[in-house]
Amino acid sequence: MTRSIRWLLVGLAVLLFGAASASAQESPAEPGTAAAAQAAGSAATSAAGPAAIVQKFGGKQSYDETEAVIIELAASGDEAVARALRALRDGDLYWRKGDEAVFIGKRQGDDIAIFDPMTGEPAGAVPRGEMEKVRIKNSIRNAVTTALGSLTLRADNPAQRMRAADTLFSEADPEMIASLGEAIAAEEDTAVRARMQEALASATLVSDLPASEKAEAAKILAARGDRESLSMLTRFAGSTDDPVAKKAAETAIVAIQSNIAFWNQMQNVWYGLSLGSVLLLAAIGLAITFGVMGVINMAHGEMVMIGAYTTYVVQEFIRTSAPGLFEFSLLIALPLAFLASGTVGLVMERFLIRFLYGRPLETLLATFGVSLILQQAVRTIFGPSNREVGNPDFMSGAFDLRLMSVNWNRLWIIVFAMVVFLALLAVLNKTPLGLQMRAVTQNRKMAAAMGIRTPWVDAMTFALGSGIAGIAGVALSQIDNVSPNLGQGYIIDSFMVVVFGGVGNLWGTLVGAMSLGIVNKFLEPYAGAVLGKIVVLVLIILFIQKRPRGLFAQKGRFVDA
Amino acid sequence: MKSAITWMQKTAAAAAIAAFGISGANAQDKMPSGEPIKVGILHSLSGTMAISETTLKDAMLMLIDEQNKKGGVLGRPLEAVVVDPASDWPLFAEKARELISQEKVSVVFGCWTSVSRKSVLPVFKELDSILFYPVQYEGEESERNVFYTGAAPNQQAIPAVDYLMNEGVERWVLEGTDYVYPRTTNKILEAYLKAKGVAAEDIKVNYTPFGFSDWQTEVSAIKEFGSTGKKTAVVSTVNGDANVPFYKELGNQGIKATDIPVVAFSVGEEELAGIDTAPLVGHLAAWNYFQSVDTPENEAFITAWHKFIGNEERVTNDPMEAHYIGFNMWVKAVEKAGTVEPDKVIDALPGTEQANLTGGMSKMLPNHHITKPVLIGEINAEGQFDVVSETEELVPGDAWSDFLPESKKLEADWVELKCGNYDTEAKKCLGDTMAN
Repeated sequence: MTRSIRWLLVGLAVLLFGAASASAQESPAEPGTAAAAQAAGSAATSAAGPAAIVQKFGGKQSYDETEAVIIELAASGDEAVARALRALRDGDLYWRKGDEAVFIGKRQGDDIAIFDPMTGEPAGAVPRGEMEKVRIKNSIRNAVTTALGSLTLRADNPAQRMRAADTLFSEADPEMIASLGEAIAAEEDTAVRARMQEALASATLVSDLPASEKAEAAKILAARGDRESLSMLTRFAGSTDDPVAKKAAETAIVAIQSNIAFWNQMQNVWYGLSLGSVLLLAAIGLAITFGVMGVINMAHGEMVMIGAYTTYVVQEFIRTSAPGLFEFSLLIALPLAFLASGTVGLVMERFLIRFLYGRPLETLLATFGVSLILQQAVRTIFGPSNREVGNPDFMSGAFDLRLMSVNWNRLWIIVFAMVVFLALLAVLNKTPLGLQMRAVTQNRKMAAAMGIRTPWVDAMTFALGSGIAGIAGVALSQIDNVSPNLGQGYIIDSFMVVVFGGVGNLWGTLVGAMSLGIVNKFLEPYAGAVLGKIVVLVLIILFIQKRPRGLFAQKGRFVDA
Repeated sequence: MKSAITWMQKTAAAAAIAAFGISGANAQDKMPSGEPIKVGILHSLSGTMAISETTLKDAMLMLIDEQNKKGGVLGRPLEAVVVDPASDWPLFAEKARELISQEKVSVVFGCWTSVSRKSVLPVFKELDSILFYPVQYEGEESERNVFYTGAAPNQQAIPAVDYLMNEGVERWVLEGTDYVYPRTTNKILEAYLKAKGVAAEDIKVNYTPFGFSDWQTEVSAIKEFGSTGKKTAVVSTVNGDANVPFYKELGNQGIKATDIPVVAFSVGEEELAGIDTAPLVGHLAAWNYFQSVDTPENEAFITAWHKFIGNEERVTNDPMEAHYIGFNMWVKAVEKAGTVEPDKVIDALPGTEQANLTGGMSKMLPNHHITKPVLIGEINAEGQFDVVSETEELVPGDAWSDFLPESKKLEADWVELKCGNYDTEAKKCLGDTMAN
């Protein structure tokens, strides 16, 4: 199938090529362009060197024409064209309007710095208006990737060979068997060689090699054990007549299926932990203000939002004044977000909430009002649209753990949530402020009698809870929108976690957040995100009916005081 | 002071005429005078939808400003009346009533979500006024008092799917936010795909709540669905804020546009402004307008917008163009009818033509939808779209989808049939009897 399409396209290329050369001859070529035009227009296609083929990207072309040139380049088998192909895929390939000469370009302000497409030698800079980009779309990018797969199998860089092997594995093209065999024999890097053998196996399955070799190939794919191998084996098992090969494929399919099932469960646990850590971050500040102090703070989400906007401001500042510090922007934002949200919390407590202690309904309404005011204030200052908060490199991308892909930002957020949790635990249990906080919440009058300034402790506790929400905002800015509505999405979940975990108990918040996260993620694949969330809410309602004080109920005389 | 303003307005009017390239017929040398014509603007300036709707309010203010500089309408100045329905659907109805009954506006430009439009419909019918609705929507509606300048499904969703089919896509994930627009659109798309011979097991439909942010499970399900070897694409009707985490998760899990492209109907320049677009390069959107379209009309519009808003960074988008078309059509219809009386303007509007910003001539159809080009664009690294496909001719908006059995037989025609839901089989107008 692939082969016939390829031949068709080559045929098309030749046809189009004829047309292009005809028009090139008709147009009066300028003296400077004569060489390029002749090179491009020369009818002796096979004789044209790769450098001349690259020049064919110049001029206004349809996507099909561009694709034909790519196939021609791949057929040339010359690794030197890889540079031009990569530039094409990245959208960096240009042609000069004057003479349709092709260059690799890099934007430099209003100019484009141009480089030779074959050697990469700088060729000066030209104004943007004089260069035209070679238009690309996804199918062109795919064609380039395929072409590079066959071209860079013997590249010097092992990473490139690895990518080439990956591409060839997905392509499963029997025509590549011979060159794969040669590449495997020459390969010294064991990881790359293993990948090439897998590519060879995938190609063998669809080739007309003897069934015994295909059975061997099925074993290699079974060892690889991922979904792509599964679909290849399934197709093979359906098409082959040879009993031995069919048996081998079917055994492999069963093995892969159980492997995938296992890793799916692992993936769910991982996603659950990740969601749990986000819930924990959002709720942990609330565990202080609501859990310890008993203040129903509807503006808690806005504290998170302020933290996220602090991150945005810090990044903007770094972008304009010290771009080198970008990797550290989150570290710099953390204390500032703590201070910003903490200050807002302090002001709220001093001027509003302290007059409302013991009146939960009024507190609820007042803090809800504050949350609307804060949202609109941010909307007025920063505008209603989302703000871009960048991910530093260490927060971007993912790595594969067998069949599971682990996102770096999710991993770091889990780590960060645990660090915040432990730090808060230490503050509560090991510092004088923590001691006073616990004393005041357990028995306010007695604490006052012991000489503790209870209003001051209240203010500090509320500021601490708000500040923690602020640093949660720094983390959440990495995975969510930084918009005025950021906080609203988390307020319900936060209350849910704190109530479920048990009011007044940090460990309860941790266990509550993690179990809600995992239950949610196990339900989602079966019930869908909408229904999954409803089921979780119903489960929590049932649970609270049974245990009104949550997972970890506080015990003792002070509970109802 | 007054004379200074008059002078400035005259100069500006001349400049605007030159810039917009509008024929001199409408432009009057004399300044607008007399009682102002009030134009209502019903867009949320606070709440969740403020992110999208605030821009439309600004765009309307600009258009009204430009029109006044050109001499107003019927020689009278236009006056914008802005209200804030605060993303609160029932409040939309109240504010619409306030605009029509108290402020006595002649026309209203507004709404974004379908639910807000449905909420104001009874008000416009009862008080007999005009609403211009600028956003792509699910169709299945045609009302006498409403003019739909956004895309109907056949002007956005279906051409997008056609494009992907041409690119060899065989398996489809229809991913949407859980409300009326994605559900109806996906119903139409599912029927369309099946009619095109796509097997049921090659279509996966999934919904997530508003503002959804934890996309890990959904994205890995998409990855799994796409790993069968058949080319897979995602058709996304995910709305608003949920898009950013969705695209971030796609990027993080390493799903590139070349593996599984996502074509979105609700992601435009404005939404991309808050994202690092490098991982999104190659994902698609289908609209009737892109800021990157290279026409003199569009260039003039963007320049005017940047000047009006005082910020070179602000982008333009598809619903803004819809308001541009709708507003100019209304102006022409009023000039033609010689009055702002809603009944006469409603009758004058069908057939009105207005150049759109992508180089075509859009026309108001008897079903109160307009003709538009359909553009498919790939996201580029600058947060703009590179057009990769464009319909050769303008596509007329179809109020009732031909791919749903219940609406196939319905037709909307307010000129001949005077009916928004004429049953071509029973040969009668269903009117309000099919209220659902």
